[in-house]
Amino acid sequence: MSALDLTATPPRASLVRGSLPSWGPRGLTIGAAIVALGLIAATDVNAALVLVSAVVLCGVGLYAWSRAVEGARTATDRGVTFLVSSAFALAIAPLVSLLYTVVSRGFARFDYQFFTESSRNVVGAGGGASHAILGTLVITGVATLASVPIGILAAVYLQEYGHGRLKRSITFFVDVMTGIPSIVAGLFAYALFALFLGPGIRLGVIGAVALSVLMIPIVVRATEEMLKIVPNHLREASYALGVPKWRTVVKVVLPTALGGIISGVMLAIARVMGETAPLLITTGAFSSVNLNPVDGRMQNLAVFAFNQYKNPGVQREPYFDRAWAAALTLIVLVMTLSLVARLIQRRFGTETR
Amino acid sequence: MAEPTERSQEYMDSTEKLDRGATAPTKEGPDVTDSVATSVDVQTVLPHEGRESVATVAKRIEITDLNLYYGSFHAVKSVNMTIQPNKVTALIGSSGCGKSTFLRSLNRMHELVPGGRVDGAVIIDGQDIYASNVDPVAVRRQVGMVFQSPNPFPTMSIYENVVAGLLLNSRKTKKPALDEIVERSLRGANLWNEVKDRLDRPGGGLSGGQQQRLCIARATAVEPEVLLMDEPCSALDPVATLAIEDLIQQLKANYTIVIVTHNMQQASRASDVTGFFNLEQSGTPGQLVELDTTETIFSNPANKATEDYVTGRFG
Ligand SMILES: Nc1ncnc2c1ncn2[C@@H]1O[C@H](COP(=O)(O)OP(=O)(O)OP(=O)(O)O)[C@@H](O)[C@H]1O
Ligand SMILES: [Mg+2]
Repeated sequence: MSALDLTATPPRASLVRGSLPSWGPRGLTIGAAIVALGLIAATDVNAALVLVSAVVLCGVGLYAWSRAVEGARTATDRGVTFLVSSAFALAIAPLVSLLYTVVSRGFARFDYQFFTESSRNVVGAGGGASHAILGTLVITGVATLASVPIGILAAVYLQEYGHGRLKRSITFFVDVMTGIPSIVAGLFAYALFALFLGPGIRLGVIGAVALSVLMIPIVVRATEEMLKIVPNHLREASYALGVPKWRTVVKVVLPTALGGIISGVMLAIARVMGETAPLLITTGAFSSVNLNPVDGRMQNLAVFAFNQYKNPGVQREPYFDRAWAAALTLIVLVMTLSLVARLIQRRFGTETR
Repeated sequence: MAEPTERSQEYMDSTEKLDRGATAPTKEGPDVTDSVATSVDVQTVLPHEGRESVATVAKRIEITDLNLYYGSFHAVKSVNMTIQPNKVTALIGSSGCGKSTFLRSLNRMHELVPGGRVDGAVIIDGQDIYASNVDPVAVRRQVGMVFQSPNPFPTMSIYENVVAGLLLNSRKTKKPALDEIVERSLRGANLWNEVKDRLDRPGGGLSGGQQQRLCIARATAVEPEVLLMDEPCSALDPVATLAIEDLIQQLKANYTIVIVTHNMQQASRASDVTGFFNLEQSGTPGQLVELDTTETIFSNPANKATEDYVTGRFG
């Protein structure tokens, strides 16, 4: 007992501090928003200016209020939270606006006919984009089939086997490839095939090659990053069981990284699916269904939307509607792909801790 | 039991492969016969079908003038020692003196570290594992390892983890034989009762101590001849530690065991022979200072540094 009494606690700062009312920050933000919107509605001052000053004032006000009541650390916390939330809102705003525009305008022609008919012999209203949808799937599919093995194998080489100058130069060229403008990839693929098949050649497979050039570096990078975070002790555990290196890579390293690799591949697909410029050069435009990538022109959604917008008929509306519907279809396709990727990831993914 | 016999045949094959172009295996000394005698009861606890002459499978390791480097850094200097078969050899010494490095050189894991270099000879049953015609993978099949931190494969279930050595090498083994290996290895690692109802759950979902025992089961499931353990109990509670020490005592009937530990009681309890590593000062390579029976090392060591270390008067 006496020992306990002797250990006198040193004087410390109080554990209690003031705090803002729980509605405080939210109330302030909502208040600022109402005032700003009111100003915009009532007067004709520049809307952007009003919004920006409202955000800044609200942040500063929140910080000052919190600092007065709660002290410096909590005030900083609130200030930074506000900053991060505004940055998030800023980043998400264009996305929401874009989605809204595409959905609202694309909805007009997002109908059964759009998916079942091609635009063969269509002038004016009606017709569909089935040829473009199928073309997009075929071209992207061929590109994926070509780039995924190459990309993953290259990444395995770089991460598990490569060293020295060869590894460094491959890494360098992969980085360079990441920065290639897509039109250059298209020109490269076109020039490559024109060399053998003569000028003016337009084939689905040329577009696929162009897309591969764009996809490979993305797949390599994503896979490499995923292989990098596979813990080394798993490789060592496998080696210590007398498993050769190649089996370790195939059966331990790649499965552990599989979830990440799949989402990397899906990102790469999503990235190239909406490419327009390289396909404009390589696959040409075509208004009927063509499923054969090595025979004749092939349409795809991005080029379809572009052409509908660029060359409308006398009556423009049906063409514009089809362009928007094509854009909406592309977005839906990409979103479906990401969802599928998520599902696959959940099925095969592992929590690497 | 056709399967295990086949597998032990494989072991004979791989032994021959390891020994290719080498002298005949050295005849075992008298202590082997000893351990055969003492291991009879253990064998009934831990049946190893298909390994008729169990004790002769464990290997003697002779290390001559072994130097280990990380790039230009000389980590371990001229180690000479003999590791007896069917004995537990403990390696003790202060942190950073090269115990793990030395241990990893015994199954050719050291060279996997970028810049890792080995100089000298490690002779297992008459065959220098660093000879140019030796396949490091074959060496690792015979010299298993348990690591300091448990590292089950996260993509595999408990069941698959135990037989990972077979699965990863695509050894065609029938399901009943696999089941039997899993049960035997898990029982051997004192883990069977805890996991027998959830063999299909991921191995990462076990507690740290259970994971470590899973890793021991995984290492023993491929029936190596030598088992290296790098601080296998450093993450375990006293009960699990004792369980693993018991397990080590059982395993030594079949294996040559080398264990690194920072726990003096563990070294004195669990080992027959103890080696003390030390470095004169940081930056200099670590050395094997003294190697003797555990009893001698802990009661009457020849070297002053050893005495200081085991009695806690170091530094
Ligand atoms: N991968 C590496 N690269 C370079 N040097 C290393 C590497 N691993 C270990 N070393 C060095 O080699 C020396 C021996 O390390 P080692 O891990 O063998 O020590 P240890 O005796 O196992 O220590 P501990 O008891 O702390 O595990 C140390 O000086 C260490 O810094
Ligand atoms: Mg160590």
